[in-house]
Amino acid sequence: MSASVTARSPLLVVLYEGAGAMPLDAAARFEITRTLLEKGYRVIATRAGRRSGPGAGPTPGERQVLVLGRFTNAPPAEAVAGTGAAVHFRSLDGVDAAGVVALVEGVGGESQTQKPGGWKPWFPVIDYSRCTNCMQCLSFCLFDVYGVSKDKQIEVQRQSNCKTDCPACSRVCPEVAILFPKYKAGPINGDEVNAVDLEREKMKVDISALLGGDIYAALRQRSQHANSRFARERDDQRALEERKKCLAKLQAALDIPAEVMNALPSVDAIREKAERAGSQAATPTPLVPAEGQA
Amino acid sequence: MATRLLYCHCAFAQAVPRPVKQDVLRALTDSGADFDAVADLCEMSARKDPALAEFARAEHLTCVACYPRAVRWLFSAAGAPLDEARVRFLNMRAQTAEEIVAALGGGDPGAPVPQGSAG
Repeated sequence: MSASVTARSPLLVVLYEGAGAMPLDAAARFEITRTLLEKGYRVIATRAGRRSGPGAGPTPGERQVLVLGRFTNAPPAEAVAGTGAAVHFRSLDGVDAAGVVALVEGVGGESQTQKPGGWKPWFPVIDYSRCTNCMQCLSFCLFDVYGVSKDKQIEVQRQSNCKTDCPACSRVCPEVAILFPKYKAGPINGDEVNAVDLEREKMKVDISALLGGDIYAALRQRSQHANSRFARERDDQRALEERKKCLAKLQAALDIPAEVMNALPSVDAIREKAERAGSQAATPTPLVPAEGQA
Repeated sequence: MATRLLYCHCAFAQAVPRPVKQDVLRALTDSGADFDAVADLCEMSARKDPALAEFARAEHLTCVACYPRAVRWLFSAAGAPLDEARVRFLNMRAQTAEEIVAALGGGDPGAPVPQGSAG
């Protein structure tokens, strides 16, 4: 589990080079911006002075803004923006990129803003142009990332519950409707879905059934088969090894972390969850194929 | 002037090639254009950061990030759906830094995107 996602915004940093401030050296401007971004801060770079229009400055959710610049006249230590945000000013004269981080963190600490970072934002994003509200993702997810909205639509409700680097729910989605923007390959990373992907997705029902429970049957069968062979050899250890190999192969093929694979729910648990989800959904569809269809 | 230029640094993962984002950011900081640089759009989406709604309301928005489908649904997930007619996407996972910088027209967010380059 990762840190919870809070609704508070971190400190907003404005790199100001407009009227009343000297321009920064290009290399310094780049280095300061890059360093702050890598620390998790949002940076507005402006040379135009006061900006206007939507999105041009602090938004109502931002309560603390830090303006950095080489001011020609001493700015006020603090002011209040039209949005009600507290605006802090700090001079960049004689401050390098590392010093800027210390300065920003100092203001962030004083103003008790959320410290950025600390969580790799890994979670599913639903492409509603493809989603059919089948609830397979909700039924399958081990970590209760999904929920159902008031209008009975599947939605991602608990992003921070998601298991980092696990794309398992996108593997069971029959419509390629689940993205993980930080995943390495398409179409899960958000790349457009092409004909080859769709062809591959036809196999999803089988994969879903496999993940949904038939994996146990497959492994049991494999294990029994191995046991019958090895019984003669009285070598249970080899049967166990065979089972491990089988699991490892599936993990590699589906790119699902071992701990997730090892914690797969039982068929009964999935059925129960699917029924619960189905009763909540606008257009419920069965998750697990009927007996003999898998 | 309500044209906005939004750059995502994808700071908390290695999804965007480092040289591409470095070169694009350097071009932006050298250009003299005003822009918004965010550490990570995914993180903002998870937090439902109100800034996303402000970006979505911009008259014109150029979004330099990753795959358009991902960006579109990240905004949507934050309750800030993008109006496709007012947004252009530049994709640092699929385009080169040179292509993106050229598409930005040296930092002019109103410059047209070359055909086929929007990821």
